[in-house]
Amino acid sequence: MHIDQSKIRNFCIIAHIDHGKSTLADRIIEKTGTLTSREMQAQVLDNMELERERGITIKSQAVRIVYKAKDGEEYIYNLIDTPGHVDFNYEVSRSLAACDGAILVVDAAQGVEAQTLANVYLALDHDLDVMPVINKIDLPSADPDRVVSEIEDVIGIEAEDAPRISAKNGLNIEDVLEQIIVKIPAPTGDENAPLKALIFDSVYDPYKGVIVFFRVREGRIAKGTKVRMMATGAEFETVEVGYFGAGQYIPCDELSAGMVGYMTASIKNLKETRVGDTITDAENPCAEALPGYKKVNPMVYCGLYPADGAKYPDLRDALEKLQLNDASLYYEPETSVALGFGFRCGFLGLLHLEIIQERLEREYNLDLVTTAPSVVYRIHKTNGEMIELTNPSNMPDPSEIEYMEEPIVSAEIMVTTDFIGPIMDLCQERRGVYLGMEYIETTRALMKYELPLNEIIYDFFDALKSRSRGYASFDYELKGYERSELCKLDILVNRENVDALSFIVFEGSAYERGRKMCEKLKEEIPRQLFEIPIQAAIGSKIIARETVRAMRKDVLAKCYGGDISRKRKLLEKQKEGKKRMRQVGNVEIPQKAFMSVLKLDEK
Amino acid sequence: MADKNKRPLGLYLHFPFCVRKCRYCDFLSFPSDEVGREIYLERLKEEIKARGAAYQDYNIETLFIGGGTPSLMTGQQLTELLDTVRASFHVSPVGEWTMECNPGTTDAETLRIYRNAGINRLSFGLQSMNDEELKYLGRIHTAKQFAENYQAARRVGFENINIDLMSALPGQTTASWLDTLNKAAAFEPEHLSAYSLIIEEGTPFWDLYGEDRSGEADVDGIIADGGAGQQGKAAIPALPDEDSERQMYHLTKRILAEKGYERYEISNYARKGFECRHNLIYWQRKDYLGLGLGAASMVGNRRFSNVSDMTSYMHDWSYCQEEILDRKAQIEETMFLGLRCTAGVSDRVFTEKFGQSMMDIYGDIIRKYISEGFLVFHPSEGRLAFSEAGTDISNWILSDFLL
Repeated sequence: MHIDQSKIRNFCIIAHIDHGKSTLADRIIEKTGTLTSREMQAQVLDNMELERERGITIKSQAVRIVYKAKDGEEYIYNLIDTPGHVDFNYEVSRSLAACDGAILVVDAAQGVEAQTLANVYLALDHDLDVMPVINKIDLPSADPDRVVSEIEDVIGIEAEDAPRISAKNGLNIEDVLEQIIVKIPAPTGDENAPLKALIFDSVYDPYKGVIVFFRVREGRIAKGTKVRMMATGAEFETVEVGYFGAGQYIPCDELSAGMVGYMTASIKNLKETRVGDTITDAENPCAEALPGYKKVNPMVYCGLYPADGAKYPDLRDALEKLQLNDASLYYEPETSVALGFGFRCGFLGLLHLEIIQERLEREYNLDLVTTAPSVVYRIHKTNGEMIELTNPSNMPDPSEIEYMEEPIVSAEIMVTTDFIGPIMDLCQERRGVYLGMEYIETTRALMKYELPLNEIIYDFFDALKSRSRGYASFDYELKGYERSELCKLDILVNRENVDALSFIVFEGSAYERGRKMCEKLKEEIPRQLFEIPIQAAIGSKIIARETVRAMRKDVLAKCYGGDISRKRKLLEKQKEGKKRMRQVGNVEIPQKAFMSVLKLDEK
Repeated sequence: MADKNKRPLGLYLHFPFCVRKCRYCDFLSFPSDEVGREIYLERLKEEIKARGAAYQDYNIETLFIGGGTPSLMTGQQLTELLDTVRASFHVSPVGEWTMECNPGTTDAETLRIYRNAGINRLSFGLQSMNDEELKYLGRIHTAKQFAENYQAARRVGFENINIDLMSALPGQTTASWLDTLNKAAAFEPEHLSAYSLIIEEGTPFWDLYGEDRSGEADVDGIIADGGAGQQGKAAIPALPDEDSERQMYHLTKRILAEKGYERYEISNYARKGFECRHNLIYWQRKDYLGLGLGAASMVGNRRFSNVSDMTSYMHDWSYCQEEILDRKAQIEETMFLGLRCTAGVSDRVFTEKFGQSMMDIYGDIIRKYISEGFLVFHPSEGRLAFSEAGTDISNWILSDFLL
């Protein structure tokens, strides 16, 4: 079977979160008959339970669609779904590299948003042709004309003939399908050159091993082809190649230049097939790899501990399994005096952290204690050495530190003009450096800031949402490291340092955070048999203190006419409560207290 | 029909009716009419007869009629009920037969019939000698009505009387609690129970004060349906703060000790020899059988209880939920019930029963709490018991005795 390159279209759909990316993907799949509506589960491409629930895409997915166009020809569409969140920017960029064009979905009511811009820039960086689509025209507040001019003015791409659709209601989906033929270029690439294919994702399958998703740029790959991963050097003999049906893998004989598909080769370790790497023919290698492979480094770290210490091996197994499908998850064992044995884990961002945490709890049924997230600090020691600090407990003695650096991000915040003031205040509080502002139209502006990453990993999103009544959107990318005055804040409970509660903080905010932390812990730690002082300290200097008063009474009343079961239930409930606590010295600290550091700004 | 060779048994009869529900009450009871009570008692007598047949190897040592308000029974109803017990079970001639009695529901004549029917111990639910406090609780009686009932009970020959009191009531002060204690003791009952008010879930007080006991409000609407109109509209004051509450609690022991009452259980005080034999059965894990709606039983390490739903009970009282207590459960109960008593748990008795010293099982916990001063081990008697400080926080400690 040979497919003419001119009949292939490889594209992705990009959008700000909630603008209808996945819904449009579903409609396209449905309309082309790849799945009947009956087979269709809402949002086929988001196949993780969590993805469906949160309405976001975490892993890239792909599907091959056959479209019979009005010109009578059949076209092969490879739709590559991309994660929609800044945390997964790297994965997005790999997915884009596998495409020749991108459909840009813009909400007809909300218009261009921060992530719309970020994604468009990313697509343009990869030389993709961008085809705008106006979605949600069924909404009462839809204003497609305004959005068209917004796209033209802000992004600078032609949008006059953009299909105006409602993905939800299946309105004008045909227009999109037809326009793809014209607006998205067909792939090019020499089928007879040595194999050169870009890995844009991979998943682990317990039966087949790692399944590698790729786009063939040049040459061909078939069952039996001996391949080499150019960055890792790993070599494998191809067991199976194929393409993506909706929700299933369809084997075929060969994939050639311009095609998108998968391969398996009994690969046991996901680390050998890095996203972004180039696959080539081991016996006839190409001269140089495709550009783009880079090792992703976690931006945010935190400690994950099993609530029940005996579950440590279960947690290790679960992390191992998750890493098979998520090479960007990093973990290594660590121990805490307060929490026992656990893992220091690295994530792409806070959302990534939350997702992993939720998957561990849900899919692996683990009860977790999470310590406050930390960014990677660079510590320049007086002896000239530089260390990267991912766990506040490992901070060297201040006398050994020459200076410290912290990661800074460039942030873009899109906001309606009414809320510019409050958002500026917020950024100010978070040590933001104002870079400038552009008016998108009379009522909306794009604000540019530089912010320390550690100021946005806690609750910046929430604060942004609440101060703009949900109207602000936000995107960021790592800019680099800057020197900063930082210190380690320790928390002492009953005069014992609780390592899992230590965190690094900007010196100017230390007093405030220490005070809030003590207040929060006072609420979270139940009264015990003795009085418990809670103190915040920098080095040996106490900067804040609260006291949990001693418990004075806990007596069970009447005997309820011999109903001992009832009494037992009360005691069991109490015992359960104690179980969910961690013994630090002779104080019992509830698990959620360890997470309370995250929510200091909550009222 | 007593027999020395038979095994001892405590018998509990539940009477789940009251005039109206008090605002703190989460017991199984509800307002009723005469017809409803009569039908229920007929059903209860059938149960007594049927169960009695299965307990011919036992001898009833104590009987306790609880509620609800058992004193809503007419003299004749009670007499028939106790006649049924005697006809169906073997009963000890020196048994302790207690009945709960709500002041304001009875009179000398009825009490005389109760006494003649076989009741030899009365338990008055007085709660407070302050009429304001009684009103806030939603009680149906005044202090004066109690005094009349109490004196009547003495006149008709009751020589063993308990008075139930409650501290930490809405609007209560240390002074008013002291007044209640003194006045109650002045009646010279043989036994006194003194509990701190517990705000239980599902009661109007829970809605009013919440779990943290902090509420203070005009309760229009919240408990307006709690009963008699003019009381339902009353604004209910706040609960005493923690310091006063603790002060009242500690005052109780001191005052009652001065008056010759010894504390023998966390909340129970008695003159020597007048400890409630029936309640001791619960704490010492001896056999007892509970009959009537929702009543709980334990016989030979088998715990079972009747259904709590009236319709189901009336339809088929023979249905009950049963649980066999394994060794672990027996050990736990021995500790968490036994420690409630001032006498504590005897290690000799424990070892005889379980083949191991309690130190083998609970060594770490016992040592910890002894070192912190919450438990005391009396070496001469080989008994483990709460210290004064431990009694205050007994729940916290007892939960550690669950294995």
